[in-house]
Amino acid sequence: MTILNDPVNAKLGDRAQLSYIASQAADARLNVELETEGMTLNIGPQHPATHGTLRIIARLDGEQVLWAEPSCGYMHRGYEKLTEVRSFPQVTTLINRIDWLGSFANEVPFILAAEKLMGVEAPPRAQWIRTILFELSRIANVSLFLGDLGVQLGAITPVFMAFRDREYVLNLIESATGGRFHPNFDRIGGLKDDLPAGWIDETKVVMKKLRNFCDEIESLLFGNEIFQSRTRGIGVIPRDVAMQYGLSGANLRASGVDWDLRRDQDSPMAWNKVDFKVWTHPDGDSFARCWVRLQETREATKIVDQLLDGIPSGPVMAKVPKIIKVPEGEAWVSTENPLGEMGYYVVSRGDSGPFRVKIRSASFNNISITPWLLRGVYVPDIITILASLYFILGDIDR
Amino acid sequence: MLRQKRKGAVNQLSSPAETTPVVDAVRDQVLADVQAALGTAVVDSLVKPGDDIWIRVSTLSWNESMKKLQAMGFDYFCFLSAIDWMPSPFGRGEDDPTEPAPERDTTIRPGYTGGDTRMQLLVRVVNSRTHIGINVKTDVPNEVYTVDSIANVFAGANWHEREAHEMFGIGFVGHPDLRNMYLPTDFEGFPMRKDFPLLARMVKPWPGIVDVEPLPGGDTESEEAS
Repeated sequence: MTILNDPVNAKLGDRAQLSYIASQAADARLNVELETEGMTLNIGPQHPATHGTLRIIARLDGEQVLWAEPSCGYMHRGYEKLTEVRSFPQVTTLINRIDWLGSFANEVPFILAAEKLMGVEAPPRAQWIRTILFELSRIANVSLFLGDLGVQLGAITPVFMAFRDREYVLNLIESATGGRFHPNFDRIGGLKDDLPAGWIDETKVVMKKLRNFCDEIESLLFGNEIFQSRTRGIGVIPRDVAMQYGLSGANLRASGVDWDLRRDQDSPMAWNKVDFKVWTHPDGDSFARCWVRLQETREATKIVDQLLDGIPSGPVMAKVPKIIKVPEGEAWVSTENPLGEMGYYVVSRGDSGPFRVKIRSASFNNISITPWLLRGVYVPDIITILASLYFILGDIDR
Repeated sequence: MLRQKRKGAVNQLSSPAETTPVVDAVRDQVLADVQAALGTAVVDSLVKPGDDIWIRVSTLSWNESMKKLQAMGFDYFCFLSAIDWMPSPFGRGEDDPTEPAPERDTTIRPGYTGGDTRMQLLVRVVNSRTHIGINVKTDVPNEVYTVDSIANVFAGANWHEREAHEMFGIGFVGHPDLRNMYLPTDFEGFPMRKDFPLLARMVKPWPGIVDVEPLPGGDTESEEAS
């Protein structure tokens, strides 16, 4: 076996080694005298737990997974190639469709990278509204996760509550930007438009509703004994492994890493103007990942409330040329998106369009750990682990 | 009415160039540490104050350099990708397909920290304690397009190298499993290379750049004058 020579495994703690021992035991059982015949289980490409079309091929021994391998590419749209034949303002239309549940959050890092190369900075009001819409897309995204989580583990009720309450947030995004799912609202140098009248008061009401929703989910789902027994201790990711695979967002923080790009890096956005807590969990299991996301949603509603109170007046657009030409250079900008770290490495050649854009999406890294993580688990836990890692297919395949 | 009202509000051009520090002591120190650890492996380096660090390491020391970087605290693997520095012979796909294709300059001109080859690998690793990241580049030899794999250093590089393999046609020596990630197994060509045409643009011209939406409140005459 090459398992012990694997440099990742050399760094593991006791807890993680147990899962290896289990998988090796399963191997041994298969090979020695017990007449268990291996079986290959195909999950997907269309399965409710896959948030799109991810296919998982798992080799089983009884109910235990010997190895599992996700198969991506059913939704690959080649955005990196397409950006090379588009101008900078046109690219936002594409990247809206990467993580389709939190679209506005996809636009922000790309626009920030273009602004960095151009030396343009959006006016303060635009930065605050950007941050508010960013957090609203986080709330819309993660609240759906919280509902969907229940469905995947066999509880039907939470998903109805999630869809009901997410609708309030989507209505807000729609009334401000004109688009429910794909706002395409961010511009180089600011925003397309200012907020509509009465939007701030309405948002405050909705944020209260969303906090109630978080409380409901916490008592209904997270306090549920079945939920706990299906998620606690399942799919444990130690800190070192999480760092090596480049996990980000709640998946990383649930492994005890106190790292949030909103707090820990300089950004022109308004996060450093508000006070918020970065939630972490020491366990690194499925429960921890879900729990961190729940707390983050609640924290996001508080961030939005604080931002609404302090929103400055002024224009929402800096003066930029009509035909945008970005000076030659390279820039990397990443932000803490609903799914994790989303970043763009933009190379410009002084043209109206980018020369090369590398899209670093959170889900690609987050899901690349699955071959390691699914080894030795039981079949129902595959669904739990995939649900708790939380990926969006558009974010893997790009 | 609305346009008139907004017009006054648009004329704010802030210039961050004046506010960014000229010297970035923190990143300069990080770069000095990296250069001390990697020695002659570092071919070229660049620090943009208040922004980021770039280094280029020699191809032969690629795997070794990543190991050293990981050991000195850059333990978070962010992404791995490649850049094809040859400008596309097809331009931006805005030509009329019925006309003969215009001559284009395809001189290879590398970006930050230079480079001698057409392809370059780009990896970003981050120090998880100081949260300072570093962009590491290396040349991929022409014609052979093969470098060492770093999947044994950062396990997460496994999938990223598979993607770079199928999209750019770069071979990774020592990679455990270089199957296609996105493309069908029998796909021919390397789509992200600049000389791979985007067929959708070849068969139908794109209105592209003429289709620029006016800015809110932007007055056409005054914008063009400025």
